[in-house]
Amino acid sequence: MKIAVCVKHVPEGSARLDPGSMRLDRSGEGTLNRFDANAVEEALRIKGDGDAEVVVLSMGPERATESLRKALAMGADRAVLISDAGASGSDLVATSRVLAKALEREAADLVLFGQQASDGDGAMLWAAVAERLRLPVISQAADVTLDGGSVRVKRQTEFGYDVIEAALPVVVAVSDAINEPRYPSLKGIMGAKKKPQDVLSLAEIGIDAAEAGAAGSLTEVLALSAPPGRGGSQKIEDDGNAAQAIVDFLAEKRLI
Amino acid sequence: MSTLVFVEHHGSELQKGSLGVLTKAHTLGGDVAAVLVGHGVRALAAEVATYGAKTVYVAEDDTLEPPLPQARVDVLAKVVRDGGYETVLFANSVLAADIAAGLAARLEAGLNWDLADVVMQDGALVGKRAALQDSVYVDVGWRSTPRIALFRAGSFDAVPGGGGEPKVVDVAVELEEHSRGAKVVGQELEESTGPSIEDADVIVAGGRGLGAPENFTLAEDLARALGGAVGATRAVVDAGWYPYAAQIGQTGKTVSPKLYVALGISGAIQHKVGMQSSNVIVAINKDANAPIFEFSDFGVVGDVHAIVPKLTELVKQRKGE
Ligand SMILES: Cc1cc2nc3c(=O)[nH]c(=O)nc-3n(C[C@H](O)[C@H](O)[C@H](O)COP(=O)(O)OP(=O)(O)OC[C@H]3O[C@@H](n4cnc5c(N)ncnc54)[C@H](O)[C@@H]3O)c2cc1C
Ligand SMILES: Nc1ncnc2c1ncn2[C@@H]1O[C@H](COP(=O)(O)O)[C@@H](O)[C@H]1O
Repeated sequence: MKIAVCVKHVPEGSARLDPGSMRLDRSGEGTLNRFDANAVEEALRIKGDGDAEVVVLSMGPERATESLRKALAMGADRAVLISDAGASGSDLVATSRVLAKALEREAADLVLFGQQASDGDGAMLWAAVAERLRLPVISQAADVTLDGGSVRVKRQTEFGYDVIEAALPVVVAVSDAINEPRYPSLKGIMGAKKKPQDVLSLAEIGIDAAEAGAAGSLTEVLALSAPPGRGGSQKIEDDGNAAQAIVDFLAEKRLI
Repeated sequence: MSTLVFVEHHGSELQKGSLGVLTKAHTLGGDVAAVLVGHGVRALAAEVATYGAKTVYVAEDDTLEPPLPQARVDVLAKVVRDGGYETVLFANSVLAADIAAGLAARLEAGLNWDLADVVMQDGALVGKRAALQDSVYVDVGWRSTPRIALFRAGSFDAVPGGGGEPKVVDVAVELEEHSRGAKVVGQELEESTGPSIEDADVIVAGGRGLGAPENFTLAEDLARALGGAVGATRAVVDAGWYPYAAQIGQTGKTVSPKLYVALGISGAIQHKVGMQSSNVIVAINKDANAPIFEFSDFGVVGDVHAIVPKLTELVKQRKGE
């Protein structure tokens, strides 16, 4: 059994758009998208002591190897990074093309996604990827059970919970409540360096330059502007008197 | 311009968000159609038309009853291709997001999401949205047709009075094999019991920062002292710490109390959309960079376990209890 996990390398802290290029500013430190740590953890949980292979896959800049290495340190077996100047500026549709092509080569039984990318907040890339792979997709999974050749998922909608089943191979996107991701152990961190890590170009996975990056994207950013500030808000550090400060504030607002 | 709007329903109830998007499409003008997919939906076509759809496509079939996205991608792809629709609009929901993204891949179409509005600017359609935790406003466009757009929940009011007798067009679709792969085998629908948190003047909401399900007593005690109700984030509801009925946000309730106190809540967009219109927002979070502080009136960087018990005591004292 093979489990592929799609993970994104995102800017650390609060992300910003570069006013010149109108793209995400990726010059600062990056980190493994925290929601994808849940997907990696779920793959490792499903693997347990079994002999499944867990492959982590990302499209991103060269530095995304840092995030992949973190996933390897958590316990994933192998990493694949699609990194190419021609991939930068890919929108959702272009990204789905690249990831689907890379996933096709893996032919995994289970493809996992995180709940959302903390920089893009799209929370739907999985559906575009599953469409290209022609696989069933189940999103917002709060609970995943593997039973023989099929998967059972509990997921929340606006109306309560649905329980959904599908035979493998299948694409599942997990919610951030599904588990508590482990921290990599020192042994895991040391071992990660020795695990196989491929970096592939678009050409190497059979993607034409016109299909990816800004060239392959069908949406565009036209203009940026600053939102109005929220006036009069206060923020304090608790120095032991925060409870009193809150009460004073509530009293001033006549809320108590 | 020709526009197709996906209208979502739950049982026999049309979803307000998608009717709001239909209302918006009607005000933009041009040829506006809607599509209904499911079992028992033909009966809803006339009501849909009153929000401005001249044509209502109806894909009516038992197999389309479960609220799953991929069969709906098959239906919408056919309607968009056969009808030559230039724009396809969705109101965000768990179901709609997955349909929109699947459809974008199927049709190789540009998809912009989280839009608050669309406007015609120099003859081109421009989407308006906030991005990166609402820290920046962005105008977005499409470089080809069809254009697909997904609107943030609550973007438009649903206003009837647009249309007359609709043209109802039946759509029969042979589903793709992968669209038949997932099956709904169980459902736990929410039953509303007890007082609804939507009516509360004060809400004390707890998130994962409370640390453990039993720590929700911190939120409950403070709520009691303030005379309010308890709310929760999806993260803690999904984890089984607190009931779904208390969930606030995109897939939960939308509330606008006089006072909203957020305990150990990061302030994700999907939570924010359910509580941002609260009059006064107070947040306690140990991470000074938590997004919740961006839209709080009074923020405290600190530990809920240290602050909340004291706060509850002080509120009780003040009220003379
Ligand atoms: C389609 C979709 C729909 C969604 N719908 C909803 C919805 O309806 N409602 C909703 O809430 N979410 C929803 N979400 C999930 C949302 O994106 C977030 O994942 C969720 O809101 C996070 O919940 P949280 O703030 O409790 O947890 P976290 O994001 O984990 O935040 C916990 C916070 O607690 C703080 N903290 C930790 N310990 C302490 C302490 N001791 N003292 C003080 N602070 C502490 C941390 O700094 C952190 O900021 C949805 C997501 C998707 C994709
Ligand atoms: N560049 C990327 N490489 C690999 N996986 C990604 C990438 N971007 C997004 N994902 C995956 O898609 C999920 C949803 O992302 P999004 O739809 O962008 O919010 C993330 O949680 C990741 O699992």
